[in-house]
Amino acid sequence: MTQIWTLVTTESAVPIEVSPMGDQLLVTQTGLETATGWSTKAEGFCLGDRCVPAGVAVEDDGRVNLAAFAARLHRPLVIEAGERMVALGEAATDRTDSLQTLVAPDFELPDLSGHVHRLSDYRGKKILLASYASW
Amino acid sequence: MALDKDAESARPWIEGASPTHPSLIDTHYVVSDLYNMVNVPTILWIDELGMIVRPNDVAYGNNKYQQVTGLDAEVHKNALRAWVKDGVKPWSDDRARALQSLPTAEHQLARTEFALARHLLVSGKAEKAEQHFQRAGELAPHDFNIRRGSMPMRGIDPMGPEFFKMAGDWATAGNKYYEVLPPS
Repeated sequence: MTQIWTLVTTESAVPIEVSPMGDQLLVTQTGLETATGWSTKAEGFCLGDRCVPAGVAVEDDGRVNLAAFAARLHRPLVIEAGERMVALGEAATDRTDSLQTLVAPDFELPDLSGHVHRLSDYRGKKILLASYASW
Repeated sequence: MALDKDAESARPWIEGASPTHPSLIDTHYVVSDLYNMVNVPTILWIDELGMIVRPNDVAYGNNKYQQVTGLDAEVHKNALRAWVKDGVKPWSDDRARALQSLPTAEHQLARTEFALARHLLVSGKAEKAEQHFQRAGELAPHDFNIRRGSMPMRGIDPMGPEFFKMAGDWATAGNKYYEVLPPS
C-alpha cells in the first residue's frame, strides 16, 4: 500500500510516494529522483557526475529503501511516521569536504522586499558575510 | 543576514539601520548548515574569487555588549580594514583550513531534527515539533542557532530565564558561549 509522505530537507518539503514495510520506507526510483534529484542507474545512485554504489539499498523489485539510500550517502534520516514525514539531512563528510576547499558555498536568500540575492552575484568584490538574529 | 523565524522578526533592525549593503533573511537556516555556523553573530571573509579567507569567527559591529562578551569590535574592524584596503590576509590558507569548525555526523543529525521540527511546527503539530526541537538541542548542545534560535518558534523568550539557565549551565560545564578565533 502506498502513502503520500512529506520529504523534508533544510530548504524544502516535497511530497513523496512511500510504501511502508515494517519500519522501513520503500520508494520508487522515479519518486526518489523527483524528490531528491538522485537517479538510480547501473553504477548506483547518481547526481550530476557523482555516483555512489547502491549496495543493498535497491530491493529485488527495484524499489529503493530510503534509510539504506541515506546511509549509502552518509546522510542523516529522521522518520516521523505518525505525521508521515521523513527528513533527509546533509552529510557531515560532504560539508567538511566542501568547507576544506575554502570555496565559499553558494546560496541564495531573499531580502526584505523578496528580491533574491546569490552569493556568487557578488564575485569580484570582497564580502563580509555576517549573521545576526532578532533573538 | 538574519537567522530568524520570519522576515518580520528582522524587519525593525534592517529598516532601523537602512544599510547600503544587502541584508538577507534566512528563515530555513540554510547558511547555518552550509557553513556550519552555531551562533550569532558569526562572520566570514570571502575574497573576490569566492574563496574563504577568514572562516567562521565571532565579531560585533560595535562595543555595546563588550562588558558581557569581552570582545572589542575595533580589533576585528581594524583587521578587516587592513584586508580590504591593503589585502592583508589574517592567515595562510592552510592555517584558515585548520581553524575551520567542521560538523560531525551527530551535528548534521541535529540539523535534520531541527528542519523536521520547523516543518512540523508550520504544519500545526507543535507537540511533535517540540520533541524534535529537544532532540536537536541534545544532539548539538553547542549549537545555539538551534537551541536559542528555536526559542521564538517555540514561544519561549530568547532573552528570558530559559536562555540564561541554558547559557549558565553551558558555562558551568566549562564551555564557552562564543568560540573566537585567535588573533592573526
